[in-house]
Amino acid sequence: MGELVVSKTYADEQDGQYLTFMLNGEMFAMGILAVKEIIEYGNLTTVPMMPAFVRGVINVRGSVVPVVDLAARFGRRNSEITRRSCIIIMEVNTQQGEEQDIGVLVDAVSAVMEIPAGEIEPPPNFGARIRADFIRSMAKVDGKFVIVLNVDRVLSVEEMAMLSAAADQHEA
Amino acid sequence: MSNEFEQILQTFIQETKEQLQSMETSLLHLESEPANSEAIAAVFRAAHTIKGSAGLFGLDQMVGFTHILEDILDHVRDGDIAINKTLIALLLECSDHIYELLKVTAIEDTEMSPQALEREQQLRQRLRAYQIADIVSVPAEVETVVETVECEHDLVASDLWHISLRFSADVLRSGMDPLAMLRYLTTLGRIISITSIADRLPLLTELDTETYYLGFEIDFASDADKATIAEVFEFVREDSVIHILPPHSKIAEYIQLIQILPEADSRVGEILVQSGALTAQELALGLEQQQAVRSEGTAELLGEILVEKGAVELAVLQTALDKQSSAKEQKRRENNYIRVQADKLDRLINLVGELVIASAGTRLIAQNSQNTTFYESALGVTDLVEEIRDGALRLRMVPIGDTFSRFQRVVRDISHELGKEIELRISGADTEVDKTVVEKISDPLMHLLRNSMDHGIESPERRVAAGKFPRGKLSLNAYHDSGNIMIEIADDGAGLNRQRILEKAIERNLISPDAVLSEAEIDNLIFEPGFSTAERVTSLSGRGVGMDVVKRNITALRGTIQISSRPGEGTLVRIRLPLTLAIIDGFLVGVGSSNYVVPLDLVQECVELAEAERAAAKQQHILNLRGEVLPLIFLRHHFGLEDGQPRRANVVVVRSAGCKAGLVVDELLGEFQTVIKPLGKLFSGLRGVSGSTILGDGSVALILDAQSLIQLIMQKENHNPDWYGGEAGVGRTQQDYRGTLQ
Repeated sequence: MGELVVSKTYADEQDGQYLTFMLNGEMFAMGILAVKEIIEYGNLTTVPMMPAFVRGVINVRGSVVPVVDLAARFGRRNSEITRRSCIIIMEVNTQQGEEQDIGVLVDAVSAVMEIPAGEIEPPPNFGARIRADFIRSMAKVDGKFVIVLNVDRVLSVEEMAMLSAAADQHEA
Repeated sequence: MSNEFEQILQTFIQETKEQLQSMETSLLHLESEPANSEAIAAVFRAAHTIKGSAGLFGLDQMVGFTHILEDILDHVRDGDIAINKTLIALLLECSDHIYELLKVTAIEDTEMSPQALEREQQLRQRLRAYQIADIVSVPAEVETVVETVECEHDLVASDLWHISLRFSADVLRSGMDPLAMLRYLTTLGRIISITSIADRLPLLTELDTETYYLGFEIDFASDADKATIAEVFEFVREDSVIHILPPHSKIAEYIQLIQILPEADSRVGEILVQSGALTAQELALGLEQQQAVRSEGTAELLGEILVEKGAVELAVLQTALDKQSSAKEQKRRENNYIRVQADKLDRLINLVGELVIASAGTRLIAQNSQNTTFYESALGVTDLVEEIRDGALRLRMVPIGDTFSRFQRVVRDISHELGKEIELRISGADTEVDKTVVEKISDPLMHLLRNSMDHGIESPERRVAAGKFPRGKLSLNAYHDSGNIMIEIADDGAGLNRQRILEKAIERNLISPDAVLSEAEIDNLIFEPGFSTAERVTSLSGRGVGMDVVKRNITALRGTIQISSRPGEGTLVRIRLPLTLAIIDGFLVGVGSSNYVVPLDLVQECVELAEAERAAAKQQHILNLRGEVLPLIFLRHHFGLEDGQPRRANVVVVRSAGCKAGLVVDELLGEFQTVIKPLGKLFSGLRGVSGSTILGDGSVALILDAQSLIQLIMQKENHNPDWYGGEAGVGRTQQDYRGTLQ
């Protein structure tokens, strides 16, 4: 029964376009719909007293956008800035339904690719080395599995704000 | 529902709200000054306008109810009914009910709840008492009837009103619905006969669906007076041909009407006879007379008829003229305003903000370019941009009086509820402040007023015992003070009970029992979270939320609040708020590679931290400022920035909420026009930083919140005196934190 439901969900997964990018030498993917633009890393202002995964803020055409270090958000070391470092500007919805732009710092952006629904599998229960609820599904790309991220969970403004406040308290 | 209609409806709702507001204000005014005829006229005008425009939207329930009100107010205006407290209270309830009607039938487009309907029934019942009283007290009408009987042979027998309507072709285009007016007419009486005049109707091929072609001849049975009937058509009076003949009018007037109307005389006469307004004999007699007079001289006749008509209508004419002139006056005043949607204005202000940033960038480039002419022209642009900024911000300024006057009613109602006599005095109502500030200050003010009424002002007996007037005074005052708006709420009540505040604060663990506090410090304890000294919890205040919420709201507006009190004499709450929330004058400082903005109005002075003093200062975190002890905050350290030895160190002395502190920074970069950009929800838990701004070079600088920064440090020092242990502490925190994430 349980299997039936799972297989149904993933059969329903439509063919879609995904943006793939690199993080610590590992490839990840996410649905392209939430991506607004990709900009070069630079001119970042650090915000003090914030947890490590909040790298700072940047100016994107007049609005101030926070930048999240994805590697740190996964509980790894902060990304090192290289020539290929990029910030992916995403549009996420808060629980109150407001739209908020968030920048995601990644090591390099690879490609936008079409992945047919048949190549997408449910996430494993463990073993992916990042939080299970961050994973939406696994996609087969060139015979290898790539984690497709659940953007709403990874960039949950509520959760990140809570962690930041906790960090502040902790420091005090 | 079409978009256009929706828009008109929105305007109607907005205007009706304003009318109700002005009605309430005038009623409250009448309470203290019952003979003020201007206020009575204003109340009447409001009711009349509401009824009129509600009729146009087919809101029959609202029209029906407001009509009763208008009727009574009309008699009040004429002096037939004396205005008194009971009537004012009733009228206030009625205006509340109209608001409810507006909300339910126009905004939500649903049915009234049974309770509301019952309330309406009760209100109607109470209003009826006044309606009956007025019929008895108008002998004037009886007199006219007697008069008409005397000269019967000149008058028509019909006891119906006759109304001739020839609407202008543009009536639909100007947003009026003749059908709605006719429907509304039926609320005043009964239409006995109605004949449509379709003579103007063109061939179908030439028919324009937006043009109105019809006219009406109506015989109407009603007890209403001419002015009331005429008002139904008030909105179309200017362009359309409208004639209203009262019952038993002179035949000559009918004849004149026949001649004035654009259709052939015989045809109009026919219609009149058919509808029963005139008998055939009357028509013949009239035409005969007309003929006879005409031979004597047309000029005379015209004059005669005009005089006759004038005599009949003098009173009506006078009121109509008055109304017209007052309407014109109103219009002229309205012409000075343009209604602009708030979001359009917000977009403009945002753009101006961008412009300020961009021009700062240009100036920076010009400054570095070594090109004097370029630099000068860039300076010129910057000056202009600053003026534009000020102008744009002024667009959003509104007088605070609208918010204040709303409190009159609140004070009246609450003082009744508490059994106290309280009078609210308002001054400085035309002090202007940013609309966003006005919106957000209303609730805190309401709370403070309630608090003053509930806890501050004593009951009349106690006041008399204390040798004061039984009537308590509450005053609300606003004025500008160097880039800020000050709002003062003062009462002449008992003042704060410091002993009780202290006991309570100790009981609630807000202060330690052996703390020594100044009077001002004790007074301001009431703004602490979880503090309430009321002996009993009333419906108004005393739940211990409130004062701290008030303080939090005001702090969120970058404002401050202070309370001072004298036992037995009263309490004064003083609120200081910035005029605008969008742009501030800032002072730019550099720490390491980051820039920060300190609000300029907090900056007292800047001093250089000389090499010799640096080591000592770093040890103690204290600076000897001309003999004064100044606690220092090393921003580089506090923010855990990269640890390099800066070549220089400067101290920015800030003062916030009575606290003075020195911020140690590397560089002083000067004044900076700061367009505030909110940091977003992700940073909602961040203390010490209130927002961000974009610098001329496109990078982001954080705006420091000096007050919370000082508080944060005080807290940290209390928890852990060794907090300044070094960078390692900060680093470790992040390490620990990462662990919890896994």
